[in-house]
Amino acid sequence: MISLSHYLVLGAILFGISVVGIFLNRKNVVILLMSIELLLLAVNMNFVAFSRYLDDTAGQVFVFFILTVAAAEAAIGLAILIVLFRSRRTINVEELDSLKG
Amino acid sequence: MKTIYLAIPMVCLIASIVAGLFGKKIGRKGAHTVTIGGVAIAFILSMVVYLDVRQGNLFNGALYNWAISGGVAMQIGFLIDQLTATMMVVVTFVSLMVHIYTIGYMHDDPGYQRFFCYISLFTFAMLMLVMSNNFLQLFFGWEAVGLVSYLLIGFWYEKDTAIFANMKAFLVNRVGDFGFLLGLAAVLYVFGSLDYATVFSAADGAQDQTLISIFGEWNWITVICLLLFVGAMGKSAQVPLHVWLPDSMEGPTPISALIHAATMVTAGIFLVARMSPLFELSETALSVVLVIGATTAIFMALIGLVQNDIKRVVAYSTLSQLGYMTVALGVSAYEVAIFHLGTHAFFKALLFLGAGSVIIAMHHEQDMRKMGGLRAIMPITYVTCFIGSLALAGIPPFAGFFSKDAIIESVHFSDIWGSSYAYIAVVLGVFVTAFYSFRLMFMTFHGNNRADDHTRQHLDESPAVVTWPLILLAIPSVIAGFLFFEPVLSGSYFGDSIYVKPEHDVVAALYEVYHGKHGVGLIFTAILHGMMAPPFWLALAGIGFAWYCYCKNTELPGKIYNALGPISRIVENKYGFDEFYQKVFSGGSLALGRFLSKHADAGLIDGIIVNGTARTVRMFSGMMREGQTGKTFHYAFAIIIGLFALVTIFVWAR
Amino acid sequence: MTFVQFCFYVFSAILVFAAGMVVTIRNPVKSALFLVLAFFSAACIWITLEAEFLAIVLVLVYVGAVMVLFLFVVMMLDIDLAVLRAGFARYLPVGSVIALLLILEIALVMTTSFGPGEFTAPGAHPADYSNTKELGRLIYTVYVYPFEIAAIILLVAIIAAIALTMRKRPDSKYIDPTKQIKVDRNDRLRIVKMKSEGDKQV
Repeated sequence: MISLSHYLVLGAILFGISVVGIFLNRKNVVILLMSIELLLLAVNMNFVAFSRYLDDTAGQVFVFFILTVAAAEAAIGLAILIVLFRSRRTINVEELDSLKG
Repeated sequence: MKTIYLAIPMVCLIASIVAGLFGKKIGRKGAHTVTIGGVAIAFILSMVVYLDVRQGNLFNGALYNWAISGGVAMQIGFLIDQLTATMMVVVTFVSLMVHIYTIGYMHDDPGYQRFFCYISLFTFAMLMLVMSNNFLQLFFGWEAVGLVSYLLIGFWYEKDTAIFANMKAFLVNRVGDFGFLLGLAAVLYVFGSLDYATVFSAADGAQDQTLISIFGEWNWITVICLLLFVGAMGKSAQVPLHVWLPDSMEGPTPISALIHAATMVTAGIFLVARMSPLFELSETALSVVLVIGATTAIFMALIGLVQNDIKRVVAYSTLSQLGYMTVALGVSAYEVAIFHLGTHAFFKALLFLGAGSVIIAMHHEQDMRKMGGLRAIMPITYVTCFIGSLALAGIPPFAGFFSKDAIIESVHFSDIWGSSYAYIAVVLGVFVTAFYSFRLMFMTFHGNNRADDHTRQHLDESPAVVTWPLILLAIPSVIAGFLFFEPVLSGSYFGDSIYVKPEHDVVAALYEVYHGKHGVGLIFTAILHGMMAPPFWLALAGIGFAWYCYCKNTELPGKIYNALGPISRIVENKYGFDEFYQKVFSGGSLALGRFLSKHADAGLIDGIIVNGTARTVRMFSGMMREGQTGKTFHYAFAIIIGLFALVTIFVWAR
Repeated sequence: MTFVQFCFYVFSAILVFAAGMVVTIRNPVKSALFLVLAFFSAACIWITLEAEFLAIVLVLVYVGAVMVLFLFVVMMLDIDLAVLRAGFARYLPVGSVIALLLILEIALVMTTSFGPGEFTAPGAHPADYSNTKELGRLIYTVYVYPFEIAAIILLVAIIAAIALTMRKRPDSKYIDPTKQIKVDRNDRLRIVKMKSEGDKQV
């Protein structure tokens, strides 16, 4: 039988991979956004697993909301990306340092 | 009666406000009409109150609760008794005379309305001071008269010396006022009240309380008395806080007469007399008062010998006479001190106004060496001044004789510590007083006229507004002694307003001596007795010597001056008090100020605290700015590392 | 090994592999496609967890909409990959260390609190049990307000995305009907008076 910790470890590994992804693709906003999606997926994985093992459907409702927010975030993030590309002709995060102190 | 009590100071205040704020509108004539009217009303009402008090109607009560804090009520209230009533009459009478006189003296001055505003304000403040029934209101009046004194010494504010003098007066008075304030605090601490009646009735019970400090163990009553006396020393210009009074002569002469001779400087004397129930409990304090008074009496008189400025001679004479009053306080002869205060107010105001009259005639020339022979030109001034000088010198039957003789005899009867020193000082003082006052008379009014031609052509008697006050002041200078000598001595005059312990009661002893003898009435006994005692002969000798020196053999003073060499110079330099204060206190303050401005202000506050804060902020912000790269992924890293830290804490905390 | 266990391991392997490819592969288009794979595998695992509705939603919404959006964006933008890839591995050590530590810590938490045997899976639901129905019941009763808020968030996201990206292209030729209606004679026609040339003799 697969125990709860199997799923949790899977979630942890996914989380770790996406963190590495954020470090690696520090310049490419598109892949940064994808890494964030992965991150959310890892979290969702935990929610679903807990929902199953605690026999509580509320966990799935949470996932539902997270999916909603993630979709909204992706849409706005990509929209910003497009506007950014139009004005700067690049999506290189390294060049976007107008906020420098 | 309550309304009348309140009306007396208020008319002066209202007159002052009108003259001060609406001076331009009501003009010169309006200003002096309203203020003289106000003071005249105050004088008349004071007389009413005085006669009422003589009937035995005393008053002590609060009119208005100003504030209550921590159980201490701060009230505006009046205590009307024999002492207060006497002071009120003296103050309002002299003030009225000075108001009238000012019309003549300040005739051409651009600050005419301002001057009237100030002197009316002064009258108000002085009345509040003497009428008060609690320490706080006393302090209010005390500071208010100090303020007006400051304003008036610096009345001619374009004159550098006047500014210097008023600053000096203010600062020296501050030393005294600080002592006074500490005294008030001590009273509040020991008695928990600022009301005279409460404090005095509790004084006996507080006798044994002691203050344990780093300077050893002190009786609280002694501490309070000494602190209050420091205040009195400042206001009444006793050594060593006397330095401001001679310089205050930079102010207009009416002011010298009113404030710096007749009334304000006697506030200290009044204070001690008022506090008699406290001072009686502390022989230490009485001895201090006595020694300081005696020192002032003789040494300030000596300085008067070498002054050539007519006003300064009178000023030093004031210092010396204040010393006499303080001596009387020291031997518990409070009644006599107030008696001398009253007579002195009349004849000293007279002398000052006389000097002012001479100054008007001489076109504001104050150097006596340029005067002389004015007797024929200014007969009224001459005669009145002569009366004043006789009173000052203590020649019977003028007022000064009675009061001064009473002081000398009181000292004679006293056996308090320091009384033998004081006796020598006051007896010698009589000779010196007579000498310098007649030196002034002879140099100014006798001999040849030493003025330049221009001045000589315009010499004339002063106008009526100047001479009338002189005449009016000359009358009490002659008769005040007759009127009050017996009641004052018998103790019936002041009643319960002054408290004297039986073993200190020198006045009663004096009364005993005068009363039983000859059977010709107390006054004549006193005159007879006085004529047989050394002071009278010393006074005559002083007058005679002055006549010899300044009318007969005019070379002699110079010779004596040179013969005494170093002593003359010490006296000429006023014992070096001014130089000492200038060097040590002013110089020290300046040096301290420079040091603090350089190191504490520029170095510590500006350098480290203010600029240092800015520097630190800039340093840290520089460091923080390095972290703000503006690169989004750095922030993302920061978030992740923060998450890592949080998870670590979470794991470890379990 | 049961079938469920087998499925879990297979899909987990695919999921981890696909996730690793998403973050390491050079080409963003391929990266997006691997993300699709990762989501697909995750959906499969969720089905084994009896969360059928969510699994379908994940496929429909993410694979069908969000990932397509990503692909569109990636293809629309002219991205200079060389620049973006420069210094790719510079932060790899730091990132790996942090990620490893995180995984370790999470694992530590799990083995202490949620270790194997700590929770046993409840028995499978009966055949007539509907996950969708159960979820719908919860959403429309207990979580109705959060659900409304989620709807608003989505609406805001739509409006924001449109507002951000909408622009007027200066070179596009389009017709403004309002202006068409407003047209009058003076805008179109100008009558000029001039001398006739007939009189002139050459």
